[in-house]
Amino acid sequence: MIRRNDDLIIETLARLLIPFIQAFALYVLFLGHYSPGGGFQGGVLVAASLILLIIAFDLEKTTKRFSEKFNVICNGGGVFIYAGIGLLCILLGGNLLDYSVLSKILPVGPEEARALGILGVEIGVEITVAACLVSIFIDLAANGEN
Amino acid sequence: MEIVTIIFVLGGLFFFFAASIGLLRFPDFYARMHATGKGDTLGGFLIILGLAVYNLFHGGHGGFDLASILTSVKIIFIAVFIFLANPTATHAVFKAGLDSGVVPWTKEGSK
Repeated sequence: MIRRNDDLIIETLARLLIPFIQAFALYVLFLGHYSPGGGFQGGVLVAASLILLIIAFDLEKTTKRFSEKFNVICNGGGVFIYAGIGLLCILLGGNLLDYSVLSKILPVGPEEARALGILGVEIGVEITVAACLVSIFIDLAANGEN
Repeated sequence: MEIVTIIFVLGGLFFFFAASIGLLRFPDFYARMHATGKGDTLGGFLIILGLAVYNLFHGGHGGFDLASILTSVKIIFIAVFIFLANPTATHAVFKAGLDSGVVPWTKEGSK
């Protein structure tokens, strides 16, 4: 069990850094087209910011904002976005995850639809990876108490 | 501008060297953390600053242009992150040691 230790310096730094870590996670996600990065790396960064919140404050305060119910919803929702985009491509007449056919429902050409489809899949991956890592950490930190 | 880079990187290496000697030679946990916490922070900051200056005039498409300025600003962000996070991590390790009862070294010897 992670107990509250009321350290002003650590809490202030966590409060200062967590928004920047999450903004950097989104930067890594959106830059994944051109350079190293993408959904998995961005998801790990989001999970790291939430784990820093758990370490700097305590488990109750964090689960009050990021409840386990919402965590489970994120876990499934990311996979749903991934699979949903893949199946949408089949419904529109292409192969699984063949994003270029998404141009039939998006107001862009096939090339841009391909980029946007990959971005959507990466967003799904990011949500699932973040929620999964945080739930693993919560299970380890809670010692089976909740 | 190479001379500025050389001065910064050599300064950073000096502080890293001093921190390593402190880590090996100081008598107890708190004194070692004191040496590495300060030395690593300033050493890393100086080396990264030297790399940012070098990149400003040699990176990008071979000189002082928008791409190299952007990369240098990103490198400076890493330096700011180190300056914030490293002393706080040192403080956290200190406090964990104090909470778990590590006895500080004294001249008379710890009892």
